[in-house]
Amino acid sequence: MSYTSVLGGRHHRFDTLARLLASASPERSGDRLAGLAATSEQERVAARWALADVPLTEFLAEPLIPYETDDVTRLILDTHDAAAFAPVAGLTVGEFREWLLSPGADAGALAALAPGLTPEMVAAVSKLMGNADLVAVARKVRVVTAFRSTIGLPGRLATRLQPNHPTDDPAGVAAALLDGLLLGSGDAVIGINPATDSPKAVRDLLELLDGVIQRYAIPTQSCVLCHVTTSVDLMSRGAPVDLVFQSIAGTQAANASFGVTLGLLDEAYEAALALERGTVGQNVMYFETGQGSALSAGAHHGVDQQTVEARAYAVARRYDPLLVNTVVGFIGPEYLYDGRQILRAALEDHFCGKLLGLPMGLDICYTNHADADDDDIATMLTMLGVAGASFVICTPGGDDIMLNYQSASYHDALYLREVLGLRPAPEFETWLDSIGLLDEKGGIRETTGAAHPLTAIGKELAA
Amino acid sequence: MSEVAVQTSELWSSLRQRTQARIGLGRAGSALPTRHRLELQAAHAAARDAVHSPFEPDVIAAGLAGTPTVRVRSSAPDRLTYLQRPDLGRRLDPTDRAHLPMGEWDAVFVVADGLSSRAVHEHAAAVVRETAARLEDWHLAPVVLAEQARVALGDDVAQAMGAAMVVVLVGERPGMSAADSLGAYLTYRPTPGVTTDADRNCLSNIRPPLGLSYTGAAEKLAGLMTRARQLGLTGVNLKDETDALPG
Repeated sequence: MSYTSVLGGRHHRFDTLARLLASASPERSGDRLAGLAATSEQERVAARWALADVPLTEFLAEPLIPYETDDVTRLILDTHDAAAFAPVAGLTVGEFREWLLSPGADAGALAALAPGLTPEMVAAVSKLMGNADLVAVARKVRVVTAFRSTIGLPGRLATRLQPNHPTDDPAGVAAALLDGLLLGSGDAVIGINPATDSPKAVRDLLELLDGVIQRYAIPTQSCVLCHVTTSVDLMSRGAPVDLVFQSIAGTQAANASFGVTLGLLDEAYEAALALERGTVGQNVMYFETGQGSALSAGAHHGVDQQTVEARAYAVARRYDPLLVNTVVGFIGPEYLYDGRQILRAALEDHFCGKLLGLPMGLDICYTNHADADDDDIATMLTMLGVAGASFVICTPGGDDIMLNYQSASYHDALYLREVLGLRPAPEFETWLDSIGLLDEKGGIRETTGAAHPLTAIGKELAA
Repeated sequence: MSEVAVQTSELWSSLRQRTQARIGLGRAGSALPTRHRLELQAAHAAARDAVHSPFEPDVIAAGLAGTPTVRVRSSAPDRLTYLQRPDLGRRLDPTDRAHLPMGEWDAVFVVADGLSSRAVHEHAAAVVRETAARLEDWHLAPVVLAEQARVALGDDVAQAMGAAMVVVLVGERPGMSAADSLGAYLTYRPTPGVTTDADRNCLSNIRPPLGLSYTGAAEKLAGLMTRARQLGLTGVNLKDETDALPG
């Protein structure tokens, strides 16, 4: 089946649905690298005209990646909820955009619709939406999840405290942990990217975080972002695993390149649920994704990087995760070249994840060879705050010394909460108040550090 | 300073002994104090300049003092294209490929700008000199100075010259604390497009005095090259026996 439109006095033809979606995508370096991008700006808009007329049902009838060879396609089609899809089943992609923007598409309607949407449908409609559209629709969606804190409530913004250290030195991690807590961070998760995947090193970090969380009765959860097989092994040995982490992608082959199968994730999910470590909820999984990972693994099947990214969310939602974030900008300028492309991808990923029913957060970041800087972080953070992101990742001073990239800082999160009137997760907010970190207006009090009880963490571990 | 302020300052300075992370920065309202904002910008500026400063093969050639060199470009015509098209940075410019001398070379050193010209300007010549000095009976090809080049360009070079082994010295992606870090990748009989990173051995963070020294790097490299020649392979099955490799 081919798709056509006439624009600028020319007849444009797109041979497949995948070609049409790729051609309709806003410009990004990764699609050019893959040889999938529109060859001119007019062709890009011509593709959007043609895409606007495609019925949503076409995405059920024409899988972009064959059902027989890809388990993510099977997952998407086998779990599609036709009853939930019914309210929009008669719409084209263009009409769907207008429906999403209409007042009738409120929080309740969008939540009910989520199981009826496929990643390809939401990716398609995102390509017809401007940045403001992506904000306006996403902010209507609330996805609430819980473990020891509750994530995603209206008027709240949670943060991941990321106290990484290049050699996993416990004292170095503890020092960075203290810094983040004193700046009111950590209600989404205290999450460490370990320097190695060795079970011993991961367990040491888990014990360290669990000890601090227990000793100070912090209503949050820890995570050491090791491979899922390491988590399964550690859970079987009684290590204090709160959340099971895994990086995931939107095709079976890309997941295989991460050493992951749906079966492995099923096993880890069951094991984490069985631990019953949550207090206010039992969402036990944490996933990270990011545009470009499938192409990077040579496993994108000719599908554009934003659509493949959205397919990863179908994998995530199978496991009712506590947290999902796209690590937008980490992969480098060959996939997202500059601040403009990174911003666009951040808004797309957040929008698609939320529409599919995920508790979507972001690691808003850049590497030093991308054309971006801390002003881009501020722009992205502000737009994603307005869009209602569930959480953002924060690092000391915005500089991660383990992963060698720049992300948001704890200060950036304070800024966002201040200008948008957003508050931490309710349980965490109560805890912050109980230890004297909240000021009269609900902001984070500027502490003098040494006089504060939490400094024991730093003193003991630095000793 | 007040007594509490002194205590605070002492606490953070003791904690900073344990991590390079930017902790205890203080606040200006919700934001960073001016000094810390400018420090971050300075680190980022150094990294950006390292990525974008032009490659100067004359600097390397001068540092090699008499060792024959040959200059090549990749298929990426400029920095902007190079950053967005890693595939072009892995392939030789066809005209330049034709200028490479064929021979029964035991090994060829390729100095590639990678993501930090600064790193190769400062460190590459010394690493080549000190490594070559430990390979007395080796038939070494002229040193190839490659512009807009990624690690895998070395595969193309080795094949074009008939070299049995290639060592690519490449500017690593600059971080906020180091913009001049040099990496070394050793590959035995590479085939462009087929060879993968699993077929290589790597030394990273060559950056005296804070990182690996020239002598340390040269000893490891010469040792790896000698064993690679004996075993006829590089990659995961070739271990560095001088000590544990980082990463």
